[in-house]
Amino acid sequence: MKQDEIILSIETSCDETAVALIKNGTEILANVVASQIESHKRFGGVVPEVASRHHVEQMTVVTEEALQQAGLTMEDVTAVAVTEGPGLVGALLIGVNAAKALAFAHGLPLVPVHHIAGHIYANRLITEMKFPLLALVVSGGHTELVLMEKHGSFEVIGETRDDAAGEAYDKVARTLNLPYPGGPHIDKLAQNGEPVLKLPRAWLEPDSYDFSFSGLKSAVINTVHNAAQRGETIRPEDLAASFQASVVEVLVEKAARAARENNVKQVLLAGGVAANQGLRKALEERFSDLPQELVIPPLYLCTDNAAMIGAAGSVAYQKGKRADWALNGVPGLDLEAQ
Amino acid sequence: MKALAIDTSNLVMGIAVLDGEKVIGEYITNLKKNHSVRVMPAIHDVMKEANVKPAELDRIIAAKGPGSYTGVRIGVTIAKTMAWTLKKELVGVSSLEVVAQNGKYFGGYVCPLFDARRTQLYTGLYGKKDGQFQAVKEDRLVLRDNWLSELKKLDQPVLFLGNDLDMHKERIFEELGDQAVFGGIADHNPRPSELGRIGVEREPEPVHHFVPSYLQLAEAEANWLAAQKK
Repeated sequence: MKQDEIILSIETSCDETAVALIKNGTEILANVVASQIESHKRFGGVVPEVASRHHVEQMTVVTEEALQQAGLTMEDVTAVAVTEGPGLVGALLIGVNAAKALAFAHGLPLVPVHHIAGHIYANRLITEMKFPLLALVVSGGHTELVLMEKHGSFEVIGETRDDAAGEAYDKVARTLNLPYPGGPHIDKLAQNGEPVLKLPRAWLEPDSYDFSFSGLKSAVINTVHNAAQRGETIRPEDLAASFQASVVEVLVEKAARAARENNVKQVLLAGGVAANQGLRKALEERFSDLPQELVIPPLYLCTDNAAMIGAAGSVAYQKGKRADWALNGVPGLDLEAQ
Repeated sequence: MKALAIDTSNLVMGIAVLDGEKVIGEYITNLKKNHSVRVMPAIHDVMKEANVKPAELDRIIAAKGPGSYTGVRIGVTIAKTMAWTLKKELVGVSSLEVVAQNGKYFGGYVCPLFDARRTQLYTGLYGKKDGQFQAVKEDRLVLRDNWLSELKKLDQPVLFLGNDLDMHKERIFEELGDQAVFGGIADHNPRPSELGRIGVEREPEPVHHFVPSYLQLAEAEANWLAAQKK
């Protein structure tokens, strides 16, 4: 009988201290996330030094909880996987050094994982991946279309030229005086509004898969400003709905075109903004009569977590990818070089 | 008792392995290089040379700061993770106290210091008390000139130690004159063997809650607290 592969995975690239245990690459045995969001709220955003301090406080507690939930000990673990980057360097270093300490203490292989590869592989915890596939990655720091011909191979065919979609959400939320984090608040408001305001869609060149959201963000700010000068009021719900309609339309149309032009079998949604209800609904509608299978992970696998790092880590482990004791946190780690 | 000592709290990186009453391995550098890249290979190499396996350790000792925030977290994270996962004891020792050991036979007061920018120092005062070399003024973050006035009042010789001493030597001499004694180049690096020696003598601490002693809040946190008081 073949022994089960158990990956213990760690993710600390931003403001979540997360540890998971993944069996044979696809089954979640434990997925513990200690969120720091309550601490960062008062600052209106993630403060790197505060995030790093929380990671040190939480690291062993979260690891212990994950092992307890899974009913396992370190003796059962096959390899330790950890987010190498991208992310906040001080935050990454806590996970990386904890992972090295665990692997060294127990003589286990150490597997480095790219954070975005993790977001994409969150989908493998739901259903098997079918290649070639297209991943639409949308998060606070990333907006990318990634083509995968096989496991562990990533080609970025489109990316944002300025702000990430999540950044645009946060900035517009600030304009509307919504609390941090702004994305979910806009999504909620938008559900009670109508997209009545004319806002631009940045299609860029006809054949481009790239994105741009800074023009849209400026248009929102100008619209609010001009209305105030004319003494008019705009319903925040309508503004949110109009902004969201513009972001979602571009994301969905570019993803649909990229899926068709690259003959993919599957389209995967990945990243924190994948929790956005407006985006999920629009993608489901658009792909309902298209041949590509659309996969959208449940919310708890969209935001940062370690289960996704374990899923990506399992594939990397099987392909023989290993880090040595000099592994570092790399804030600008390249996805295509993986 | 077999113990591993780790110090990444400042530019000096130090690893030591102790076995009973002996220091059996020690590695130390004073370089502007990345601790995160270098410390785990160093731990691996020193332990391998000393022929000590992780599971054979009884205790892990970390220099807990003050110092570089990112630096100290690297050593503390490794120490607490190893101690927790191997079910071993954990001890934290002040990074200043380790430097002070280089002057423990000086006879008078010893003042270890790290530059903390904006003419501030991380420092403390060490000396003989109850027959033991220990802290006589606790570690602190302090404005340099306030600290020097405090030391002047002691009216006794003070030995200054630390790799950042050159930045402050002139001002110290101005203020304290002949009361000030300065260590030589071989006296400034914290020795991981001393870290280990102190750590072996101390009571172990709860592992999960062990954190660096930064001696100051994160800047954003300090600003936020100040704004709350307004």
